[in-house]
Amino acid sequence: MDVNFVALLPSIQVTVAALAVLLLDTFFKDDEKPLLAWVSLLGVALGIAGAAMLWGSQETAFGGTFLLDNFALFFIQLVLIVAALTIVSSISYVRQTGIYQGEWYALILFATAGSILMVCANDLIVFFLGLETMSISVYVLSGMWRASSRASEAAMKYFVIGAFATGFLLYGIALLYGATGSTALREIAAHLVETQADWPLFLAGGGLLLLIGFAFKVGAVPFHFWIPDVYEGAPTPVTGFMAVAVKAAAFAAWARVLMHELSPLDSEWASPVKLIAILTMTVGNFLAISQTSVKRMLAYSSIAHAGYALVAVVAGEEWGGPALLFYLLAYAPMTFGAFAVVTALSDGPRMREGYGDFAGLALKHPFVALSMAVFMLSLAGFPPLGGFTGKFYVFRAAVNSGHTDLAVIGVLNSLVSVVYYLRVIVKMYMEPGAASAQSFGKAPGLYLAIAAAVITSFYLGILPMQALDWSRNAFLSLY
Amino acid sequence: MAAPGALTSLLLIPTIGALVMLGVPRARRTALFAVALISATLAFVWSLSILGAFEAGKPEMQLVERVPWMPLYGIEYIVGIDGISLFLVLLTTFLMPVAILASWSVREREKEYLFFMLVLETGMLGALVALDLVLFYVFWEVMLVPMYFLIGVWGGPRRIYAAVKFVIYTMAGSLLMLVAIVYLAARHAHAFQTLSFNLLQLYELHLPFHEQLWLFLAFALSFAVKVPLFPLHTWLPDAHVEAPTAGSVILAAILLKMGTYGFLRFAIPLFPDAALAAAPWIVALAVIGVLYGAAVAMMQADIKKLVAYSSVSHLGLVMLGLFALNVQGTQGSLYQMLNHGLSTGALFLLVGMIYDRRHTRMIDEFGGLWNRVPLFSCFLLVVMFSSIGLPGLNGFIGEFLILLGAFGVVPWWTAVAAVGVILGAVYMLWMYRRMIFGPLTRPENQQLRDLNGREILILAPIVALIVLMGVYPQPFLERMRPSVELALSKISTLQSKPVAAGARTPAAEKGDGR
Repeated sequence: MDVNFVALLPSIQVTVAALAVLLLDTFFKDDEKPLLAWVSLLGVALGIAGAAMLWGSQETAFGGTFLLDNFALFFIQLVLIVAALTIVSSISYVRQTGIYQGEWYALILFATAGSILMVCANDLIVFFLGLETMSISVYVLSGMWRASSRASEAAMKYFVIGAFATGFLLYGIALLYGATGSTALREIAAHLVETQADWPLFLAGGGLLLLIGFAFKVGAVPFHFWIPDVYEGAPTPVTGFMAVAVKAAAFAAWARVLMHELSPLDSEWASPVKLIAILTMTVGNFLAISQTSVKRMLAYSSIAHAGYALVAVVAGEEWGGPALLFYLLAYAPMTFGAFAVVTALSDGPRMREGYGDFAGLALKHPFVALSMAVFMLSLAGFPPLGGFTGKFYVFRAAVNSGHTDLAVIGVLNSLVSVVYYLRVIVKMYMEPGAASAQSFGKAPGLYLAIAAAVITSFYLGILPMQALDWSRNAFLSLY
Repeated sequence: MAAPGALTSLLLIPTIGALVMLGVPRARRTALFAVALISATLAFVWSLSILGAFEAGKPEMQLVERVPWMPLYGIEYIVGIDGISLFLVLLTTFLMPVAILASWSVREREKEYLFFMLVLETGMLGALVALDLVLFYVFWEVMLVPMYFLIGVWGGPRRIYAAVKFVIYTMAGSLLMLVAIVYLAARHAHAFQTLSFNLLQLYELHLPFHEQLWLFLAFALSFAVKVPLFPLHTWLPDAHVEAPTAGSVILAAILLKMGTYGFLRFAIPLFPDAALAAAPWIVALAVIGVLYGAAVAMMQADIKKLVAYSSVSHLGLVMLGLFALNVQGTQGSLYQMLNHGLSTGALFLLVGMIYDRRHTRMIDEFGGLWNRVPLFSCFLLVVMFSSIGLPGLNGFIGEFLILLGAFGVVPWWTAVAAVGVILGAVYMLWMYRRMIFGPLTRPENQQLRDLNGREILILAPIVALIVLMGVYPQPFLERMRPSVELALSKISTLQSKPVAAGARTPAAEKGDGR
């Protein structure tokens, strides 16, 4: 068993930062606690720098079960940046809601470390370890606002359903191990391809259970029903983290397992995934229309976007791979930003999440309203924003791989989504109201995070070349 | 002379203006308008230099600029201008300062208003000069957002409904066009082994008929909504009636032309077989639109609605000319696009001016205005005559060419459309008689002020152009003609194919007999 510290560098950096936060928390006085945010940020920043240094390398550890390639590094960067933005944007939030700060930041870091483990996993057991590290941290984060019964309910729901999904996943892994004699992705794939003609029934069952487990984690229909309640109930910064980082890590697993290792078998999994993609887009978008809470609408919108990402999965590795990675990258700033705006509107225990709470925002807080408008337009897929470029590449991948029908269904879904995204803009700009939000002075970190998300959305829309290169390199490193 | 990079500079002028606008404090109303007006005027002057640099008689794209944008995916920044887009660009830059001047009556959130106007100008100009399909699509959508805000924030009582309807209708068409664009590029990559969204390269691709038909339908849907072609026109009256005056002007004068421009630039030359096959259906819808628009306009009590429906009617005529698929008809259509831009733009301006004074647009609230506001009445008279195609004014040339071109192809439909043109004269003259002539019965109208200096400044250049284009169309037509011929070259080959192959069709025999 080899221990390669280079391969483990980013995970170690983040874990050490988390432990440092926990330790320092006991020594810091109450008024010093906000410093913990900076300690965590330092850890994340070191992780980002470390991952950037390692770009292009191909390291393995623990007998090949842990793999640090560009693919993993791409997702590590994505997750780390989202973690940094989550930390920055939650400084004022945790103070106002009275959430324990030490545990809050430490858990964000642990969840990040878990995600890193997930995206590096080349073995189902390592994947499972990462998934559980991440999930348990996020369960706790969801319920950490103890004064809010809604948050407790969300945490409970998330925990029960998450555990349920974990059960599926683990049982699927066990069956696959029974059938193929290995938990290493490559060996399982090789065995499956070899014996394609006569799979035992329990092997197919294992694959199906694994697929269901994955579908739960990304919130694909029909395993999406937990998302709205959990996303709505959880503290908003956590929701942003879940919607972006957790989802990205789960999609990394889809990409590595299905699109890459099992791509010779795509005739077996493409049609069920295609059906799931269509259902996910359509259900997400249509249910989002009827929501009265913006936060809940965003939860449904994240379901719909998981559907678009699944379109890229269906398109297969040649076309869909880079498109999926780019899509997740483009999806991150707009979704995170939208949730950050919801955070900005809330004031401690007073949550302003309904559409009515956005009425007249443009006059009171032009910057927040403008940012939200940018995120909504980007989510709806208007150029020149990241959301458009992302969808463009996904639909292009679908057309090029012969799934023009999926592309057509996808754009029709985009049309449906315009209805509810524009409603937010209508409220903010075209209706009078008494909306209010945090001022810059009270929440500078939050404003910073929102501004970063706006700039990134424009950057990915107008000059996507660099990011496209990253996505391509990342996906090609799988070979 | 325009330097290299002329078109990019043209796109940058309003963009920079919009960015400067963001830095101006919102309380300084005059400064805001000054920035907007200066950038729009600068863009107009710059576009005149492009007109100067444009070589008449050359059918190809001129002043082309190419910069790789996403080279890995074959997406480029390519802009260029030819006889088809030249005058539409000029129309846009010409009307923008006018529209900004006409917005002086906007009294809330002027900063955002003017910002969106300038972004809109960039979008429209970009869509007209873009030669890469993805670039075109980007500008096409960029036009949508500012218009949505202009209607939704500064519009009338039902503005939100109108704005959302406008966006949804337009998006419905354009999203399918996006899939078609991607599909087209994929087919091109398959055939030529190079990834490209370059329009000029995609022209080379010849697809089998059934594929062309689907792609044509996707493009046509997007453009037909914009035109708007009957029965996709229902967003138009709402959007026009609710939009602020300048919004209506731009919508009618330029945005609608984007649809017809799209047909001429993209749908017809890219999919000639499909266009030829679809022509009878589109001609039928266009002529129905001519009649329907005219009939509904006649019944309107609201002047703005009347003008809105007259647009449906006029654009139907433009579509008829386009889908005659010959040079005369197409040239007439292109000319008529400019005419409609000028005359309907001016009509909306006049409606806005009278609305600012009386806060009503109902025809029967007026009457006997001739003595009270003679200047207004005169301007309205000229513009109205232009709109109904009085010989000597610009409308006549366009309509005449369209009818001439279409008559050779679809004589019966053309005859019916001509009836629509007569109806057009009827509702306009009737409206004019009820508003301007007769006794001045309403006491409110006693106090009406005539046009002021600013308003005359807005209208005078338009009227001058209306007259100029009516008496001296040659400089316009000679620049359009070569490009129109080029755009229709594939169609002409298809139309003459049976003769070339030696098959004697009845039409060819008749031709020989003469």
